Amino acid sequence: MSLYDRLFPPKVYKLENGKQIEKKRSRAPIYALVIIFLTVLSVYITGFDLSVLVSRIDQFFVILGEMFPPRWDYMPQIWQPLFDTIKMSLLGSFIGSVAVVPFAMLASTNIIHNRVVVAAVRLLLSIVRTLPTLVSALIATYVFGLGTLAGTTAIAIFTFAYIGKILYEEIETVDMGAFEAMEAMGATKTRAFITSIVPQVLPSYLSNCLFCFEGNVRYASILGYVGAGGLGLILNEKIGWREYSSVGMILIALFVTVFLIETISRAARKRLV
Amino acid sequence: MNERILRAYDERPRNLIYELTIAAIVMALMIWSATAVETSGTTQNGAVIALNILSGIFHPDTDLLFNFTTQGVPYLLLETICIAFLGTVVGAVISIPLAFISASNLTPAPVAFAGRTIIMAIRTVPAFVYGLMFIRVTGPGAFAGLLTMSLCSVGMVSKMYIEAIEDLDVRVLESLDAAGCSTWQKIRYGILPQLMPNFASTAIYRFDINLRDATVLGLVGAGGIGAPLIFAMNAYRWNEAGSILAGLIVLVLIVEWISTRIRVKLARG
Repeated sequence: MSLYDRLFPPKVYKLENGKQIEKKRSRAPIYALVIIFLTVLSVYITGFDLSVLVSRIDQFFVILGEMFPPRWDYMPQIWQPLFDTIKMSLLGSFIGSVAVVPFAMLASTNIIHNRVVVAAVRLLLSIVRTLPTLVSALIATYVFGLGTLAGTTAIAIFTFAYIGKILYEEIETVDMGAFEAMEAMGATKTRAFITSIVPQVLPSYLSNCLFCFEGNVRYASILGYVGAGGLGLILNEKIGWREYSSVGMILIALFVTVFLIETISRAARKRLV
Repeated sequence: MNERILRAYDERPRNLIYELTIAAIVMALMIWSATAVETSGTTQNGAVIALNILSGIFHPDTDLLFNFTTQGVPYLLLETICIAFLGTVVGAVISIPLAFISASNLTPAPVAFAGRTIIMAIRTVPAFVYGLMFIRVTGPGAFAGLLTMSLCSVGMVSKMYIEAIEDLDVRVLESLDAAGCSTWQKIRYGILPQLMPNFASTAIYRFDINLRDATVLGLVGAGGIGAPLIFAMNAYRWNEAGSILAGLIVLVLIVEWISTRIRVKLARG
């Protein structure tokens, strides 16, 4: 019996056959209190002020209004960075999702029984995952110089961490029967993994890779901000010069691209799973 | 016995042409995208720079890490948590009506399609563009970051909410109807219990992401730990960047651990 139940004793119902049933009091008040406390603290620290928001919200639409009508004649200069963005995310997603496969295998408890290895690989994946993409992109620009190579590296690192976590969770839930049978017949771990586990996880793995690629296209447009190539580069430039109609054109191009890629990838994923 | 196995092996399903086509397409895409890989080249040896960065990151500036003023890492982390938390709450609240409007099992198809397009448009605009817009409203600082976070959250959160709403089990509502419940009772006992765990789980997941994405806000000066981090990196002060990164990584790992536990509990009911 927890402290909460002792403070607020459960409600007791008496049934017709003489049995007594306890209904525990709702925990909702505790959750509500915690959320209210955190909200008040956040409002205090961030200086949230509704009156400022209401009185000055029209300023939000000033830039938005300047974006329309977009400058259609700017479109020819967008193609190149737009394709750079797509290529960056395509190559980065591919490299990251292929490179992570052995690591995901090492991080699954049902394949590797050595706890130290599993814990070490998982820690590595967690740290890489928490490293903000912008930071890895910035470091990549220092190492590889400005340009799309830095962006590709950053995307590959992000994909590596994201797919890795999903993949080892996926591997841990597969049916181990075939794997054990292969090991019993004398196959090596890698061989048994390829023949018995890969077919089981392949559809969801491919589907997750496509999903990650979708997100990466959107994310790659930010990376240009730190000089890692792609749409972000011209976006940053045009915002700096306050040419908001060109910014609007860039955003429309990005929207259409993301929409197309999402439609294609959703159709492909439906056939996979 | 062996013969049967061999025969079965020979008769295994094979669609070589399909697989070859897919492989060829993937190869072609990779070659096409490899054409874009270019670099301006570094002035120094890249490996040396990488080593410098790594040594800086692994020797964090402890003065900054345990400095409890408003300039220190602990306060910046607290500010980031607050931005992410309130941003998630505001975003989740805005998402609820938006998701109900765009759920295809509740509203007519044209309305639902319009709602989805709006949500996708919100999701497409990069965060720093929103940041710039909100800075015009509130001036630079945590408030602008909070508004940016909430608008960015709306995109993903409402997409997940729509899926939850579309998965609603309507048979429960029918039986409540048959038992003679009023509309409010149907919402209280039929809809809320089905949606609440899902909605809460999504919001907690988004809080995780917001905490991780908080660095993006630093680009435009919208508060939180992003700006000091980017400044430190641009100025090559890797010890400082290392201490900020260390704090951020530990915080994100702890929050992720807690949120995973809460979400597992929510999923199991």
